[in-house]
Amino acid sequence: MPAGTLYRGREGMWSWVAHRVTGVLIFFFLFVHVLDTALVRVSPEAYDDVVATYKTPIVALLEYGLVAAILFHALNGLRVIAVDFWSKGPRYQKQMLWSVVGIWIVLMAGAVYPVLGHAYRVLFGE
Amino acid sequence: MSSDTSSAQAIGSVEGVSLYDADNPAPYIEAPRKRTGKTPRSTRGNFEMAAWLFMRLSGIVLVVLVIGHLLIQLVLDGGVSKVGFAFVAGRWASPFWQVWDLLMLWLAMLHGANGLRTVINDYAERANTRLWLKGLLYTATVFTILLGTLVIFTFDPNIR
Ligand code: HEM
Repeated sequence: MPAGTLYRGREGMWSWVAHRVTGVLIFFFLFVHVLDTALVRVSPEAYDDVVATYKTPIVALLEYGLVAAILFHALNGLRVIAVDFWSKGPRYQKQMLWSVVGIWIVLMAGAVYPVLGHAYRVLFGE
Repeated sequence: MSSDTSSAQAIGSVEGVSLYDADNPAPYIEAPRKRTGKTPRSTRGNFEMAAWLFMRLSGIVLVVLVIGHLLIQLVLDGGVSKVGFAFVAGRWASPFWQVWDLLMLWLAMLHGANGLRTVINDYAERANTRLWLKGLLYTATVFTILLGTLVIFTFDPNIR
């Protein structure tokens, strides 16, 4: 590759990359999630068996990652909408990105206990 | 190129004789990409604009539906540990949650599928690759929306 032609953007580019990666991840999850929920049409046992695996510590960790992806995509999606529709959006895009990151960190901290608490009790006792 | 240098006068100094004046104005140059009578009809469709708008409108609605869903399923009342067939039966007994889940299913699938369409268009360079990937995408999307809709409408709490 010729030197100096690779575009390396700043915050705006990386937030776009993260928005794209999280969006694709969520879509694949949603596909699987509709399939597992469809088991309620098979039998209560089939559904409960699969959901039981969702209550294991490893899947709890994956769930925490899913929550992280959804919260980032949702908050940053609102930022993208503000950039497009709010007349001052483009000027404040960077400030809005750091607000997104800040709110995301607070929400992720708040999600630790509800999402991972059960796994903690399974691993380390009550 | 001709060796005749007389035309070089036209690009002479700033004070040089101009080719044009008030009686002989420069020819009008059309603005780039202006819509004219010659523009083919097909490029005037606004599917991409509708898709762009749909991503934003569905996104706003999805914030409410998805965050609410996460709160109910993963945070309130002991998180996932309470989820099971009985819990699903309790929620889908109410038309309100049926409509909530139905709307969330349709909007999220269409939003995600349209997003993936953009991603495929961006990275799949060969026309054939794009065709196959989008075929797969649309098949999976239609299948998932239909399956999910069927499950919500035909759910039977007394299946056994
Ligand atoms: C929770 C609320 C959500 C909001 C506010 C939101 C917002 C947005 C917006 C505004 C875009 C357009 C970005 C652009 O044109 O540059 C977008 C793209 C996308 N979204 Fe969402 N979205 C949400 C949920 C979802 C869900 C549930 C999925 C998956 C099923 C998803 C998957 C995608 C994908 C794959 C893209 C395309 C990314 C790209 O082209 O780079 N989104 N989202």
